[in-house]
Amino acid sequence: MGLEEKIPDGIALTTLDAMVNWARKRSVWPLGFGLACCAIEMMSTIASRFDMARFGMEVMRSSPRQADLMIVAGRVSNKMVPVLRRLYDQMPNPKWVISMGACASCGGIFNNYAIKQGVDRVVPVDIYVPGCPPRPEQLIDGILMLYKKIEKESVKRPLITQPNAQTQDERPGEVSGQPHRNPSGELNK
Amino acid sequence: MNLSIDASFMEQSITDFLNNKFPGKVLGDYTYRGQFSLYVTADALYEIALALKEEAALSFDFLVDICSVDHLGKAWESEGRYEIVYTLLSLEHTYRFMLRVKIADHTVAPQSLCDIWHSANWLEREVWDMMGIEFKKHPNLTKIVTDDDLEGHPLRKDFGLVYEEPQFSHNHDEVLITPDNPNH
Repeated sequence: MGLEEKIPDGIALTTLDAMVNWARKRSVWPLGFGLACCAIEMMSTIASRFDMARFGMEVMRSSPRQADLMIVAGRVSNKMVPVLRRLYDQMPNPKWVISMGACASCGGIFNNYAIKQGVDRVVPVDIYVPGCPPRPEQLIDGILMLYKKIEKESVKRPLITQPNAQTQDERPGEVSGQPHRNPSGELNK
Repeated sequence: MNLSIDASFMEQSITDFLNNKFPGKVLGDYTYRGQFSLYVTADALYEIALALKEEAALSFDFLVDICSVDHLGKAWESEGRYEIVYTLLSLEHTYRFMLRVKIADHTVAPQSLCDIWHSANWLEREVWDMMGIEFKKHPNLTKIVTDDDLEGHPLRKDFGLVYEEPQFSHNHDEVLITPDNPNH
């Protein structure tokens, strides 16, 4: 019926968004960014028992230039904040951030002078994975939720407006409905 | 090398050596679970440390660690608010003990031991960074552990917890996280 009958075999019609998002979500390459004990669970997620490669994520890149996803696994100390922000700025668009564990999400038990009370004060976070530390199943669940989020994005909308590295990121294609608490480009606090 | 060194013999040797060479500078000894330590005066610490290293019968050639204690609010605070603990190790005699110094204030700190043991350089910087004890004649007493913007010395008892109110859904509006908020 319609147009599909007139095109030859071997050609399928779809939307550009569906095509691009299909490609993007099946090759999300995470940046290996283990900061504390959550990194152990992240390593376990990659390894054979849980095998993150089932979702197209088998390569943890050591360079931010080759990474699409930053998994912040662990507490972020104030000394680490400029490093983390710089790595995030060096990642090419489109890019996503998963805040793994209680410490990265809100400071966790470390409510003190040295630890940032949530990585979302430094970079915009897409998915929060609770737990102390989260089990690999939880991290995989968070990744699958991120896939659903990627499916709803559009190539027509600019996902990230980033005039320079110091300003904050905005994501008009936000699907969670929850605004970022403080998507701030501040470096020093 | 005598691996089966008698600990009590070494304790007696150190005490006699320091009492003979620095009379009145050794204030007392303290043993906790077999770990022997001596309290010495702050003004003589440098000479005592140098002598402990150079005396062949002792030869404490390794400064393992420097710790500091804040006795603020304790009953014995009048003896000196801060206490600095130097852990020394003699590799030749396989024996370690501690030198302890009590000082009334962070400004009357003992002289830096960087000339004697190079490891003292970073260790004293850490003690200064976390406790604010200003070692005299230190070549580079600057921050080593805390971030550059942090003011104060976090391990002091009067530093404060720097507790930050967590933001939940029920107090989302009260605990606004903005750069202008002093709670931030």
